[in-house]
Amino acid sequence: MKPLIILRKIWFFYYEGFVHQKEWSRQVWFIIILKLFIMFFILKFFFFPNFLKSKYSNDKDRGDYVIEQLTNPK
Amino acid sequence: MENFDMSLVDWSRAQFALTAMYHWIFVPLTLGLAFIIAIMETIYYKTGNLEWKKITKFWMTLFGINFAIGVATGIILEFEFGTNWSNYSWFVGDIFGAPLAIEGIMAFFMESTFIAVMFFGWNKVSKKFHLISTWLVAVGSNLSALWILVANGWMQNPVGMQFNPDTARNEMLNFWEVLFSPTAVNKFLHTISSAYTLAAIFVIGVSSWYLLKKLNVAFAKKSIVVAAVFGLITSLFTVMTGDNSAREIVRDQPMKFAAMEGLYDGSEGAGLVALGFMSSSSESGNENMKDFNFKIEIPNLLSYMAYMDKNAFVPGVNDIINGYTDNEGEVHPSVNEKIVMGQKAILALKNYKLAQKEEDTELAQSSLAVLNENFKYFGYGYFNDPYDVVPPISITFYSFHIMVGLGMWFLLLFVLALLFVFKETIVNRKWFLRAAIWSIPLAYIASQSGWIVAEMGRQPWVIQDLMPTLRAVSNIDTTSVKITFFLFLIVFTGLLIAEIKIMLKQIKIGPNHGGH
Repeated sequence: MKPLIILRKIWFFYYEGFVHQKEWSRQVWFIIILKLFIMFFILKFFFFPNFLKSKYSNDKDRGDYVIEQLTNPK
Repeated sequence: MENFDMSLVDWSRAQFALTAMYHWIFVPLTLGLAFIIAIMETIYYKTGNLEWKKITKFWMTLFGINFAIGVATGIILEFEFGTNWSNYSWFVGDIFGAPLAIEGIMAFFMESTFIAVMFFGWNKVSKKFHLISTWLVAVGSNLSALWILVANGWMQNPVGMQFNPDTARNEMLNFWEVLFSPTAVNKFLHTISSAYTLAAIFVIGVSSWYLLKKLNVAFAKKSIVVAAVFGLITSLFTVMTGDNSAREIVRDQPMKFAAMEGLYDGSEGAGLVALGFMSSSSESGNENMKDFNFKIEIPNLLSYMAYMDKNAFVPGVNDIINGYTDNEGEVHPSVNEKIVMGQKAILALKNYKLAQKEEDTELAQSSLAVLNENFKYFGYGYFNDPYDVVPPISITFYSFHIMVGLGMWFLLLFVLALLFVFKETIVNRKWFLRAAIWSIPLAYIASQSGWIVAEMGRQPWVIQDLMPTLRAVSNIDTTSVKITFFLFLIVFTGLLIAEIKIMLKQIKIGPNHGGH
């Protein structure tokens, strides 16, 4: 089978699956999308920066910072 | 340690516990129900009986709801590693990298491909391919769990790595040692088998509701037979793997073992506390080591469980604090001695970095030698009081006993379910049907209790003996941790309510009009 025909079949497989979903399935898809939006565009963006990456630009500085944290009492 | 912002540590721990516990509400049902569905579909494939197709599709719907609501809730934990636990994340980075990367890739490809076939593929792909896809979803989701549990196993028993003082990271020396460490293997097997048991109880509980309402009786009985056989096998396996875990814990985390049993002073021929209640006071003056008001002890059983020898010596909290000699003759130093060695290791790391900066090769080499010699007890160097290394005993003890007690009930539940179905009396056993429904929340309590034992019992360590929880946190603003704690509480509670509502609606619709 030609790759294009395979791709077309895969496309219709998913397309028909989504089009003929039951009500519960639509509800959970809505929840999934809402959840991912909250996680990646609100929580990750505003509240969960990578602490070391946001403070230091390279691994050496990050390592030195952690060693400083581990070897010196605050 | 007293200079640490305890409020930051406590809120960070509370937040991680909250998100991990909510995540674990969704995961075990996914892991277990996937196999139960695969078994049901196999029966349909073998018999061609459309009743089994209907049964499979109904449970697949509930699986789909649970999977969809729970998917990606674990990613929150990874956010927290990077933000709240940066010292820890950096320290373990190279060890966690490989398992978590494998998990991510595997989960994405297995789940996105084969779950689609499971739900969209009825009548579009061959029966055989559909069945294979269902089995691959079951195997794939469980393999995803493997990598996460391997990472957790490493934290409980760090093996197969070497600490690099130049980067402050642990580097993997032997992938197979990490993967097949007894801790990781037992943790994985015990966790997944308990998840299968939970799913079996879920199926029996929901089916019992139908029987109580006299709805879909044939469907419910068939579902109960599959779930009870599956649950009986998996709960026996859970007992077996739990027993293996106990032997592994007494060797690698003896303090956790002592806390699980509320064993303060060890002895030869130690008894197992089958049931016990702690008082609010402590004769020793240590608030963490409360006396027992009441306990039923089975003589010698703890020694047998721990060492397969009813007369073996099992160390208690005080023995571990003061140092002891184990049954193989190995001498375990006191916690005070470990604190001294840990302090030497920390000072050596500091001197090593200083020597590097000043290009003092001799000091660098001697510091490195001291660090390597004492690194095994690195984390102890942060403590002053030896009793700081004792986990919260009451909560560990009660969680362990709740988990074990409920586990015994579940075993009985599966036996009774099979007995009543085969005797054709299950519909009239209303007390049993009600008990089966109430066992659904009990299964979740048992499952969560297991994690409380694993995670509270290993305190104060985030990585056993190497990094205390207090040293793992990032120096961030406590207010932001508090805000996100409540945000998570709202989001996850919302998800849970949504799941329960959608599921209950589908259960009320039943197998004849639902499906997908």
